[in-house]
Amino acid sequence: MTDKQDNIKTSSITTEEPSSSRLIFSMAVAGFISGIIIIAIYMLTFDTIKENKARELREAVFKVLPEVSFMQKLHFMDNKLGVVKAEGMDDEMIFAGYDKQGKFIGYAIQGKGPGFQDTIHVLFGYLSSNQNITGMEILDSRETPGLGDKIFKDMDFVGEFINLPISKEIKAVKKGKKTQENEIDAITGATISSKAVVRIINIAFNKWSSRLPQQGNEPLLDKN
Amino acid sequence: MATDTSAYEEMIKGLWRDNPVFVQVLGMCPMLAVTNSAINAVVMGLATFFVLVGSSFLVSSFKQWIPKQVRISLYIIIIATFVTVVDYSLLALLPTIHKELGAFIPLIVANCMILGRQEAFASKHNVKYAVMDAVGMSAGFMIALFALGSVREILGVGAFFGIDLFGANFEPWVIMILPPGGFLTLGLLLLFFNWFTERRREFLLKVAESSRVAYVDGDK
Repeated sequence: MTDKQDNIKTSSITTEEPSSSRLIFSMAVAGFISGIIIIAIYMLTFDTIKENKARELREAVFKVLPEVSFMQKLHFMDNKLGVVKAEGMDDEMIFAGYDKQGKFIGYAIQGKGPGFQDTIHVLFGYLSSNQNITGMEILDSRETPGLGDKIFKDMDFVGEFINLPISKEIKAVKKGKKTQENEIDAITGATISSKAVVRIINIAFNKWSSRLPQQGNEPLLDKN
Repeated sequence: MATDTSAYEEMIKGLWRDNPVFVQVLGMCPMLAVTNSAINAVVMGLATFFVLVGSSFLVSSFKQWIPKQVRISLYIIIIATFVTVVDYSLLALLPTIHKELGAFIPLIVANCMILGRQEAFASKHNVKYAVMDAVGMSAGFMIALFALGSVREILGVGAFFGIDLFGANFEPWVIMILPPGGFLTLGLLLLFFNWFTERRREFLLKVAESSRVAYVDGDK
């Protein structure tokens, strides 16, 4: 290392070793400019990113709950379910869907759990009137592209969650072995991911089923 | 005129003769990680293109003011800034693609091909050559990513850009989508590339030889 530096020194006589304050100065200037650029791009894209996320979530709720025209967020706090207006989302929130007249239809419940590679975030629609799941949507996952990602790309698999009774715990079975109403054909080559989705739904359902109010006592739609 | 030809040379060399993937074997992390479909490969190529051209331009313009002792850190600051810009722009404009590439966009910072071009080329040449070189290199990188991504998507999923090619009876080679498929395809492509280059060299030698003989014969 020192040999090399010596060589450079002798080969270019005009270049002197710059002082450390100069080195620090150039690093500081570069860091400062880069910081300003990063803040600028963050501010520029912030609204669009937030909008995208909110839209994705809204679309997912409308997808898992058919015939829904309005939705609102419900938050479970102090042992009761209340309507919240705040933006953002946490694990203690679900969504309630209403039809055009503001009549309650069903809930969209979210659940998170480990998949094959990373946490899978699932949203599913639930009708308390007949205890059916009305649809399932993967909000976030990092499953293997081409295999595990079939949990949201394979429409046959996604379709199995439409009108699926959940009064009994649902089970994932090997493809083609489905005999019971509460069984789901797992995806060939993505058994772990399929089972993970089913497990997440079961756990989320068990967590929420006792928290949901009696039928007829659902929170009213707050139109503001 | 002479300078124009050499600027063109600088650009064209990245496509084949000095291809960053097939010849220099640089930037292997994104190469293997995101090439499980053609569209991912193209978007990764475009992101790398933007970052490399931008950084080469800046490094080359500011080369007099970049002290040798801290040059690597300064290159990284410049590259990282561009990568952050790409990251947020993709998140805002193409959220679905960002979902697929998510984890790999920040890793462009550590793509040794980009840092390598700054150190080996942009810091020693003027802006025009640096940008030409960056355009050529990232285009070469994109071609390589695209080749790998197409092969893996066609064999592993039976589709190209998401369009089904072979119908329902095709049994996809699942392994091509998984990491081993990436290594396999890359190895085979490298083999093909080197075989082709070798053949071409032999052919050129033969042509040169025969024309020399013809020339000597004619001289007699």
